[in-house]
Amino acid sequence: MRIVIAEDSVLLREGLVRLLEVNKIDVVEAVHDADALLKALEKHQPDLALVDVRMPPTHTDEGLRAALVARRQWPHIAVLVLSQYVEERYATDLLSGDNRGVGYLLKERVADVAEFLEALNRVAAGGTALDPEVVSQLMVRHRNDPLDALTPRERDVLQLMAEGRSNGNIASALFVSESAVAKHVNNIFTKLGLTNSDDHRRVLAVLHFLKETL
Amino acid sequence: MFHALWAKRTWLSTICVLSGLPVAALSFYIILMMFALLWGTAVLVVTLPFMLGALFAASRMLTRWQRSRFAAFMDVRLGEFPRPERQTYSRRALAEAGQGSSWSQVVFHFFVNLLISCVTFTFVVTFWCIGLTYSTIFAHGWLLPEKGQFGWDVHSPKILGMYTTFGLIFLLAAPWIARGAAALELGIAKGMLAPSKEKELAQRVDTLTESRAAVVDAADAERRRIERDLHDGAQQRLVSLAMNLGISRASMSDAPPEARKAIEEAHEEAKQALVEMRDFVRGLHPAVLNDRGLDAALSGIAARSPVPVQLTVNVEKRPSSTIEAVAYFVVSEALTNIAKHARATRASVDVIRRGDFLHIQIHDDGQGGASPTQGTGLLGLAQRVASVDGTLHLESPIGGPTTIEAELPCA
Repeated sequence: MRIVIAEDSVLLREGLVRLLEVNKIDVVEAVHDADALLKALEKHQPDLALVDVRMPPTHTDEGLRAALVARRQWPHIAVLVLSQYVEERYATDLLSGDNRGVGYLLKERVADVAEFLEALNRVAAGGTALDPEVVSQLMVRHRNDPLDALTPRERDVLQLMAEGRSNGNIASALFVSESAVAKHVNNIFTKLGLTNSDDHRRVLAVLHFLKETL
Repeated sequence: MFHALWAKRTWLSTICVLSGLPVAALSFYIILMMFALLWGTAVLVVTLPFMLGALFAASRMLTRWQRSRFAAFMDVRLGEFPRPERQTYSRRALAEAGQGSSWSQVVFHFFVNLLISCVTFTFVVTFWCIGLTYSTIFAHGWLLPEKGQFGWDVHSPKILGMYTTFGLIFLLAAPWIARGAAALELGIAKGMLAPSKEKELAQRVDTLTESRAAVVDAADAERRRIERDLHDGAQQRLVSLAMNLGISRASMSDAPPEARKAIEEAHEEAKQALVEMRDFVRGLHPAVLNDRGLDAALSGIAARSPVPVQLTVNVEKRPSSTIEAVAYFVVSEALTNIAKHARATRASVDVIRRGDFLHIQIHDDGQGGASPTQGTGLLGLAQRVASVDGTLHLESPIGGPTTIEAELPCA
């Protein structure tokens, strides 16, 4: 896998390069601001861009804006956005349009190496990785609506599903069997009035539901 | 009865009046000179602003003299008129020419003060002189010729007694005349040289409002600066530390168990520190508040609340960043309180902008009994709301429910 990193902190940029190279991932370029990121993407056409939200010059959301530009210009490049805090609003921006190969995680998730690499691979393969924090922010807007009909366990499953996880992954996270998860998923889709389909499409359906019914 | 004679106030008033006349005479002379100069150069229209400026400068200097005279002898501090804002000399002079206060000072120094001083000086000197001379006539009467005024025999005890009584009346009246004269001078000076109490208070309110707004804005900016510093510094280091510990943890499967355990613990602690740091820094001033406004920032804290929160934000036109920061703080503190003390199962947050006001309502179904005196952060909340002229209303009967309502001006 070929990756371009955009991160303004030298310390973290070098750390990320090390983390990825130790795990046999090819970092083709590591840049420190949004303009350099877009140039590097155009030049290298990597599989994935790993982008920090706050970068120079204004230190607000230029990383996110660059990621959105990249999504439009090169839809085949997956984008994983990292941030010190995750905001539901930024996620909504990122997920609008085609959601293939998009991720949005808290920066500190890189500390859990295995999980982080799993999310990275998922996004590079065209899947979704949403931070649990974002999902709970999306879900908080849904009091007094169809989500209320869900049992607590079904809410847990919905949360994990919205993060972009597969049935097997959800099963191991909740310590239940995969068939039990499949049953919960079916119930959720029935209660929310959605059509159940394959792993990726169902994530989109869930996210669409969470976003559109705000 | 005689106490007033040697009371400090009597003597200070007397000196005040006595010193007033020479100062008034000098003031008259100075202002007259300035007028002469103004008149003499009036044909050169261009110099007019400069001469006006000089006139007002002289008049201000004289006002300062009067101010220190009254401060020294009467212990009264006269207020000062505000001057027009600093700009070019001539523009400022012209602006001053448009202020009534400039001219009332000039008029005062030119003749009002002199007229008043002449009268008060005469009265005070007359009373003291007659009083002192006649009341002590028995001591120096022998110096007088035998046949005095009206052919009276000034050496006869009857006439002496009459003179002495006459003198005593003046002497006893003199302190009150002196005090009255000084008070009259002060009263007129107050009217013409200083802003009225109302104006002075209004002026003070203006400056206080301005300086408070500046302090509130500065505190807000400081919070943002700290957030930025922590974000760029400590937080990045902690992420890097946790990441390196994560890499070590993943790659040392064949290390001794003690070493593995130590690394694992360090890794977990670093992650915990990150969570705490994130919560703290976000509470200071979240970046998303600047970027996307209240709605986006509040959904973040609503999601983090352990008590389920229903959030409604309806703010089409964004208020100033200071008001947004206060609103964010109110909701954030209220939700923290609910989580800590309320034992609630549900909470709701409504933020609505109606015209020039931002209405915030936070409601929970908890046990109630919240009060600002219990040190639950409600006092700080009320203070922060008051700092922007907002109002905070708390309703929390024992047994609940609790409703906090805040109204912030955002013209």
